Amino acid sequence: MINYFIAMATFGTIYAMLALSLNVMWGMAGMANLGVVGFYAVGAYFSAILTTTVGVPVALGLFTAIVGTAVVSAFTTLGLTRLRDDYLAIVTLGFAEVVRIVAENETWLTHGTDGISGIPQPLKSTLGPDFNLVYLVFCLAVLAAIVFALERVRGSPFGRVLRAIREDAQIAAFSGKDVLVFKVKAFAIGGAIAGLAGALYGHYSSYIVPELYVPLLTIYIFLALSAGGVGNNWGAVIGAFVVVFFLESTRFFVEIIPWLSAERLAAVREFTVGLCLLLILIHRPRGLLPEPLPRLVDGKRGET
Amino acid sequence: MAGAVLAVPAIGFTTIFAVLRFANFALAGHMAVGAFAGYLVNSWLGLPAWAAVLAAFLFAAMIGVATDHVALRPLRGYRALTIAIASIALNLMVENALRFCFGNAPRNFAIPLRRDLSFGPIHIGPQQIENAIIAGIAMMILFLFLSLTTTGKAMRAVADNPALADSKGIDPDRMARIAVAIGMGLGGIGGMLIGLDASIDPLVGFRSILSVFAAAVVGGLGNVPGAVVGGLVIGLAEELSLLALPSTYKAAVGFLAILITLSFRPRGLLGPRGV
Repeated sequence: MINYFIAMATFGTIYAMLALSLNVMWGMAGMANLGVVGFYAVGAYFSAILTTTVGVPVALGLFTAIVGTAVVSAFTTLGLTRLRDDYLAIVTLGFAEVVRIVAENETWLTHGTDGISGIPQPLKSTLGPDFNLVYLVFCLAVLAAIVFALERVRGSPFGRVLRAIREDAQIAAFSGKDVLVFKVKAFAIGGAIAGLAGALYGHYSSYIVPELYVPLLTIYIFLALSAGGVGNNWGAVIGAFVVVFFLESTRFFVEIIPWLSAERLAAVREFTVGLCLLLILIHRPRGLLPEPLPRLVDGKRGET
Repeated sequence: MAGAVLAVPAIGFTTIFAVLRFANFALAGHMAVGAFAGYLVNSWLGLPAWAAVLAAFLFAAMIGVATDHVALRPLRGYRALTIAIASIALNLMVENALRFCFGNAPRNFAIPLRRDLSFGPIHIGPQQIENAIIAGIAMMILFLFLSLTTTGKAMRAVADNPALADSKGIDPDRMARIAVAIGMGLGGIGGMLIGLDASIDPLVGFRSILSVFAAAVVGGLGNVPGAVVGGLVIGLAEELSLLALPSTYKAAVGFLAILITLSFRPRGLLGPRGV
């Protein structure tokens, strides 16, 4: 049982990183990235391929996943950030699907639908049964570092410009900010975090397969961020753990409602995910932890 | 041929975008609703294809208006992207409601198998020709509605300039309802036509939604004739891609088409919002 909780906490930590990644792009800069799962997959495959096929150490794999996904993310959006936001949403959704299709088809690189197995788990042989707990602590430390860094970003001039772009890109441009550069940077940072999360998942489970990276996961992350509070880093973390807890607890419903087939139960669960996201957007658009906004000079709180 | 089928839901998507100004992802679920409505009428009641098409339109339109009223209308006035995300949540609910009722297993329409027609080296299934004809009729009715009726003209006015239309006494809520009904209804027909060609399941709309979006974007979001052009372009590009790429890459063609079009014409081939 304790192992189960450790596993869930690890998933929660990885989801929290994804929610933080989305928070940079959607929460801070206001660009809807419907392809978070694509960047997550890119990071996972970068590190998995490098550490299995090429045989580099895990640390280098993680590093490449961060840098590589940041570059991919920046390039994907480079030509598109000047377009309307709606187009960006559609294109990022398409990007994630293309990543999955490539992973399914380029068998020479990704082993196709068989997935990549035997991804090295760092220090597994030394730690033995303690691996899971140590890995969880490591992930939590990484998460803490990301939250710390993003909190610094949020309060920095860079973070303020991103918020300005979110509220009104034209005014930001009028004040002399190069909107395109800021948007690409926000996507690179967000992509780097999602890539790191993907790589960490791969080295934890030791096995990745294209069908893990379906659009549903992106919806989970949007639910996590919306529930926690768009724009709030701590909200993103809490939201992610709430979502993982919810998804996992519905597993036990099978025992409570045995007359429901597994297929119908999955339908009910996903229906509930959609319902929760919708109810939050309608009734609590700012989430459990609303974004803390800086005080204005005259003491009034800023409005979004 | 496939392009004409793609154009129908693409027009639906672009019509909703023209009037309500957000990308409505719930179209995918409503394509599946239409497909299942057509399936029930065809396989259970044994009615012919034209009745199934009508049922697909009416059912998807009704459910579309009802779900829009409950789920998305409270969010009017929010940022377009927030509403788009809400429509993704709605889509998840619609698809899973279908999955709960009908399961994931693919189903086929009760239509006889027919031999392909051959024109020299080109082979075309009679179903594809029929689909193209049905798609053509649906588009023609829509164009007549938009250009001849008062309601159609009012809708074009709202798409063109909502503030001016409002000041002329055009009820924006009513126009929104009509746009959603037409959009989701056409989505329903599109879903059914795709189902006639292959099989249907709750994700029948979702699997082709990227191609539908691509058709609408390539033609210019909010531009109805553009969606027709976009549908034909994407349909043709997907078929031609089979010559060079494995068929599993078909879904990536729409994505590439969006990237290429937007790089050269950021507002799509025919520009935005000319209903």
